[in-house]
Formats: sequence, structure tokens, C-alpha cells
Amino acid sequence: MTIMKVSNLRKDFGAFTALDGVDIEVKQGEVYGFIGPNGAGKSTTIRILLGLLQATSGEVKIFGKNAWTDAVAIHKRLAYVPGDVNLWPNLTGGEVIDIFLRMRGKTIDREKRDALIKKFDFDPTKKCRTYSKGNRQKVALIAAFAADADLYILDEPTSGLDPLMERVFQSCVEEAKQAGASIFLSSHILSEVEQLCDRVGIIRQGKIIETGTLAELRYLTSTQLMVETKQLLTNLATYPGIHDIDQEGNVSRFKVDSDQLDAVMQHVSSFGITKLESMPPTLEDLFIRHYEKTGDDGGER
Amino acid sequence: MVNRTSYQTVFLFRFFLKRERVKLLIWILSFLIMTLSVAIAFTGLYQNEQERAAMAETMQNPAMAALVGQGYGLDNYTDGAMLAHQMLLMTAVVVAIMNIILVVNLTRGDEEEGMLEMIRALPIGRLAPTHAVVLVIGCTNIALAGVIAAGLSLLNIASIDVLGSLLYGSVLGATGLFFASVTLLFAQLANNTRASLMLSFIVLGIAYFVRAIGDAGNNTISWFSPLGLVLGAEVFVNNYWWPILFTLFLSGCLYAVALYLNFTRDMGVGFLPSRIGKQHASRWLQSPLGLALRLQRLPLICWVIGMFVIGASYGSVLGDLDTFFQQNEVLKQMLASDQDEAITEQFLSMLMVIMAIIATVPVVMTLMKVKSEEKKQRIEHLLARAVSRTKLLGSYVVIAFGTSVVMLLVAVSGLASTGLAVLAIDTTFATLVQAMLVYLPALWVMIGLSVLLVGVAPKVTALSWFYILFTFVVVYLGQLLDFPTWMASLSPFAHIPELPMEMLRYKPLIVLTMLAVGLTFIGFLTMNKRDVNR
Ligand SMILES: Nc1ncnc2c1ncn2[C@@H]1O[C@H](COP(=O)(O)OP(=O)(O)OP(=O)(O)O)[C@@H](O)[C@H]1O
Ligand SMILES: [Mg+2]
Repeated sequence: MTIMKVSNLRKDFGAFTALDGVDIEVKQGEVYGFIGPNGAGKSTTIRILLGLLQATSGEVKIFGKNAWTDAVAIHKRLAYVPGDVNLWPNLTGGEVIDIFLRMRGKTIDREKRDALIKKFDFDPTKKCRTYSKGNRQKVALIAAFAADADLYILDEPTSGLDPLMERVFQSCVEEAKQAGASIFLSSHILSEVEQLCDRVGIIRQGKIIETGTLAELRYLTSTQLMVETKQLLTNLATYPGIHDIDQEGNVSRFKVDSDQLDAVMQHVSSFGITKLESMPPTLEDLFIRHYEKTGDDGGER
Repeated sequence: MVNRTSYQTVFLFRFFLKRERVKLLIWILSFLIMTLSVAIAFTGLYQNEQERAAMAETMQNPAMAALVGQGYGLDNYTDGAMLAHQMLLMTAVVVAIMNIILVVNLTRGDEEEGMLEMIRALPIGRLAPTHAVVLVIGCTNIALAGVIAAGLSLLNIASIDVLGSLLYGSVLGATGLFFASVTLLFAQLANNTRASLMLSFIVLGIAYFVRAIGDAGNNTISWFSPLGLVLGAEVFVNNYWWPILFTLFLSGCLYAVALYLNFTRDMGVGFLPSRIGKQHASRWLQSPLGLALRLQRLPLICWVIGMFVIGASYGSVLGDLDTFFQQNEVLKQMLASDQDEAITEQFLSMLMVIMAIIATVPVVMTLMKVKSEEKKQRIEHLLARAVSRTKLLGSYVVIAFGTSVVMLLVAVSGLASTGLAVLAIDTTFATLVQAMLVYLPALWVMIGLSVLLVGVAPKVTALSWFYILFTFVVVYLGQLLDFPTWMASLSPFAHIPELPMEMLRYKPLIVLTMLAVGLTFIGFLTMNKRDVNR
């Protein structure tokens, strides 16, 4: 079942086109990763999803309803975590969480709220003025996950969290998914969404340039390898899908496409591996590969 | 090597000046235009000594003294004396307001928005930002004083001489510097922007009313108010310089204390304590209305107290006024267009309209909060949940509406508490309440205008403040100068029947209410159609 469908969405700010024909579809129980570099249009898309901005053209349906005209009805079943969490300096974190929960028009599930506060190791008695960025983000996350929504819209929710809290966050996403909710997660870190997302959409300069499951996008991604071998590594360049080879004696650095990894590794291991490091593909690699594939230079608009 | 704590002050000074230059220019030019046009108007309005003497008679009473300050040189009421008497206090108050706003924005405002953090991370001295702000403020006030002094002396009016003009400008500059120092001090003591803004305005309010009470009766009291002190310069009459020097000395002391506190204080906190908070939101806080109310609780409470004090201060001079009029035949003939109407009533009517205009400030403030909440990306928290824009804006409108009623009631209660007993004319509390509440439709028009601006042009909601200022100038100066009627009629307050002097007419009240409803309605309509921006 489709929870959210965005078709041919366009948003102009004056003469500047922030979004240009964006298509997104999120199904029930799915975690959708929305990836793009700074200024790509992630937050703009999300603000249109929330009915805060009006689309210049295109259609946005959530739960089958229009995101602009039926905002309130949609929001009753939705939870949102903004990228920049600004709170009221004079209220305490606990008060703000309660307010956020009640503004959804439902009663507060105290048990869940308190469990989450504990899980995120959060002190709700302090005034928001004193909270760090990570703590402000926790307020929004606790309020979101205590809400029992059908759709979670999260705008770079972990940018201020430490690795421990990031793990807590991931478990919350898993739980929500188990309960049948859909999650729309924006990020500019590929590896972060990789662990959580079923499908990803990649946005750049207001256009979705790739979309699909991670497996489908594998051909786009390449892993950076560093190997040290007993014998001098030869014939690397003869394999397809290998780039950026840089050899210094027994140490070789190169990138290899995910679908060629097996063949390359078999070749490499025959030289006797003494040390092996691999780095996950970054968003930047992905873009480079994308534009290599499509022949577009990917320059600025 | 430069002194460590002030390193890069000059660089920051230039930066601040560049950032604020348009604002500063507008402020200074407004002061110049206002002062010069009034000075010119006075010479045109009162062409001979008799007319001026008659004017002096009308000004020479406790109510007027409370309102505009004691008059000096009333026996020889020259154009200069008239200008200093009728304009200097009011201009000084607005200069103080300018300084308070500027200093708070440049200090705590920047600090709260994280700008200071970035600046302090640069190789810049610890006190350099504060020094730079003071330099900007200092230059602004000196420029203001100089421009006004030059402008006035160039008018070539006999009684407005160069020395007096210089003093006139200096009074304004010194007042500005004093309140800048006060604000700088509160910017250290309070632990957030709004608290420091409010505390500074409270000091200004106290200064005004201590002086009002002193000027109306016991003149010694006036010396304890910084505003009373600077007026003691007796500009264009005796031209004393010592009150200016003393005020500057006081400002210097305050500045030193503020600087010391600034040096020892951690960034982002104040010296006044902040309490541990609640773990849960109370029931009423959990609705958009409750939240909006809570966010403005403190300023609203302060305004309620303030309005009562304002009413009570004005009320306390009414008794003096009546005895005064009984003895003053000339005045009776001068003022009253209808001879049989009590002059006291006329003053009462004037007090009502002034209090009503003051009451628009908290009313409009509650609506400006929507805009600041939007700018700080906090209304999104509600709009991204099951709160419609209509409901969100509606809760602020409800508060503004409630505020309008409460403020007027509190003000008139204050007036009655001290004035009713001493009033010689036959007035009941109910009459006073009615005379005050007729202004509600005018306040509602201000609400409507603010809602409209929030909906249509959120970037320029500040126009509401200018409109209030315009209204005040038109009403205040309209009493002194012959403004064209169309100008006054641009303000909703001009259409309200001035009770108890005039008869109650319902038509203007109904028309204004309808206008208010219409403006509000369009405001809601457009709010629902526009993008929520940052
Ligand atoms: N109100 C606005 N007026 C004009 N331009 C805007 C406005 N809001 C966003 N933009 C522009 O639209 C583009 C997309 O911005 P957006 O905030 O959606 O980026 P983002 O993908 O969320 O980036 P980040 O990763 O930095 O959060 C940017 O170039 C931004 O400058
Ligand atoms: Mg963003």
C-alpha cells in the first residue's frame, strides 16, 4: 500500500528553482532514505510534505490526502523531526515533549514517553535554553517516537547525536518499522541510511537522480580498498569495474564496483593478503559514478 | 601590542556600523525631521507674544506638567522655551526607546542567536564586542545630538540660539547614552534577550512616571528620575549644562559595572537565577492557546501592572488640575470651544486616548510574537502536528483581544483608584469605564492590521509599530499643532468619540469594528495560503 506519493513536484523561490520534478513513493512498512548533499532540496521537499510550503506544481499525497489542503488530518497520523530543532528557551524539555505529543490531538502514552526519555538518557527537567544541539534533537525524537504514528518524517535526525544515541535512534526506527509504520529519512550520509533503509532516493540540485533499493543501486556504488600483499600485485587494471588504482610497492589502493568485488578479491587473495581495509562508498563516490555512467558532468546549474 | 580584552574592537565597530547603518540613519533622520518640523510649526502657529502667553497659560497646569514635563520660562514663553517644554521630554523618551532596542539587539540578541559565539571564536578580545557596541551607540547618540543641534541652529529662529540648540541635542544624546548603559547592564543581569528588554523598559517607565508625579506636585521628586534630571537643563531658558554632565557621569558608572559583569559572566547566562523546571506540561499548557499565553505570560503581567501604574499616575494629578482650573479664567476661555463644558473633561478625554494608545503596545506585541515564532522556526512544531494555521493564529488573536479589554480596564481602574475621589466634576466609575472602553474598536483595528500583516507581509510586520508611533504623534501633536484633519483621520483613534467630553456615537464604533473584522479575516485567509518561511 502506498503511504506517500509525490509526483512531478516543483518548487520555485522567486527565480530560483529549488525542486524540479521530484517523484517519490513510500510504501507501508518501508524505510525510505532521502539522500542528497547540502542545499539539494531535502528540507524543502519535507516542508512541502508537511504543508508548510505550497508546491509550485505537482502533486503530493499522503495517506491518499492532499498534503497542502488536508494538512491537519494528515498530521494526526504523522510524526516529524526537523533538522534544526529550535525550542522555547523558557520551557523545560519535559514540557515541550508533552506539548508536542498533545498537539497531535491524542492523549499522551506516558509509559512510552518515559521509557524513551530513559532510553535516550535525557533530562527533561532542564530549560530548553540550556540544552545542547544533540539534546534538542532528542526532545524532537522522543516526541516523535512516543507518538505512535503511521508515517515518520525525519530530517537529518542524527546530525547532532553521538554514536551511542545513534544506535538508540536506529533501534527506534526498527521498532516503528516492526509496528508497520513507514519512515521517510533524509540524510547526507550514505552509510547511515544504508543500514536502515529499504529503498533510497538520491536528490541533487532539486532533481531525483537515482531511486531504488540499495541492491539495485549497487552498480553505482564502489568500495574503496587498501590491500597489502606478500607478492607484488599485478594485472589489476585488466579487471573491469576497477578505478583510481594507486600502487606503492606492496600496498595498493583502488576502488572497485560492488558487482565486481568477488572476482577482484579472488584475484587479489592469490597474492597473499597481509592487510586489508575497506571504506564504504560515500555520497560523493556515488555521484561521481552516476555522472560517469550518464555522461553528465554534474556541474552547477 | 593591543590590549588583549579589547583587541579588534575597531574591526567589530565597523562591522556593527555597517550592519545597522540603514536602521541608524532612519532613526536619526526621523528625529531630525520631527524636531525641525515642530519647531517650524510653532513659529508659524504662535506669531506674537500674546498668543504664546496664552499657550503658556494652557500648559501651566499639573496635568500638562505630568504629561510633557514642567515648563521653564513660562512667563516669557518663547518659541525655544515652547519647543523644549512640549517636545523635549517626548523626544527623549523615544530616543531612550531607540537606545534600548539597539543595545539589546546588538548584545543579548546576537548572543542568543549564536552570532556572538562565532565572533568570539575569532581572534577577538573578550570585551571587544561590548566595547564595539558601546562605540556604535556612542557615535549614534553623538551624531543625533550634533545633527539636531545643527538643524535647530540653522533654522534661524531668534529664541533658538546655537548654545541652546547644542544643549537640546545634548539632552537627547545624554538620555540616549544613559538608557544605553542601563540596557547594557540589564543585558548582563538578565538571562535572556526578552528579560533584558523588559527590565530596561520598566526602568524607562519608572523614570517617566517618577518625573510625572514630581512635575505635577513635588518638584524635588523629579530630580530622582533621569528624565527629570535632563529636563533640569532648562534648555533655551537658562541653559544649565551640569545635568548633562551628571547624566553622562552616571552613564559612565553604569557602563563600568556592566563591563565588569560582562567580563566575569559566562556566555549565554545571566546573574539573575533560573529555576529547575517541571518534568511535565500542565494541562492548560497543552493547547495552542495555553502555549501562546505561557510564552507571553511575563510581559503581559508586567504590562498589566504598568497600565495600572500609568492610570494611577494620571489619576493622581486630576485633583490638582481641577483646583487649578477653578482659579484660571484665561485658560477657560482659551481651551474650551464650548464654554459650558468642563475643561477637566477635556483633559480626561485626552488621558483616555493616550492610555488607549499605550495599551495598543502590548496588544500588538502579542501578535508580533507569531512572527517571531515563525522566524525562529517554532510554529512549525505545531503546524507539523494536528494544529491548523487558523487555530494557531486564532489563539494569538484571542490573546490580543483579551489583552485589549484587560489593558483598558486595568488602566481605567488605575485612573479611578486615584482620580475618582479628587475629581471635582460629577463622574462615576461607570462613566470613566465607558470613556475608556469606547477605544476598544480602535485597538481592534490595530489587531486587524497586525493580523493582516502577519498574513500578507510577514517581513514587514514592524509597520504596525510605525503605525502606532504615527497615531501617537498625530494625537499628541495634533493637540499642539494644527495638523490637517485628513492626517489625523488616518488613525483609528481619531474617529472614536471622546468621552466624557463628547457624546457617545455608535456609528464610528461599528464601522471601526467591522473594519477590524474585515482586516482580521483577510489576514487569516492569506495566512492559510502562504508559505511558512524561515
Ligand atoms: N525560503 C527560501 N527562499 C529562497 N531559497 C530557498 C528557501 N528555502 C530554501 N531555499 C534554497 O533551496 C535550496 C534547497 O534547500 P534545502 O534547505 O531544501 O536543502 P537541504 O537539502 O535540506 O540541505 P541541507 O543538507 O543543508 O539541510 C537551497 O539552495 C536553498 O538555498
Ligand atoms: Mg536540510
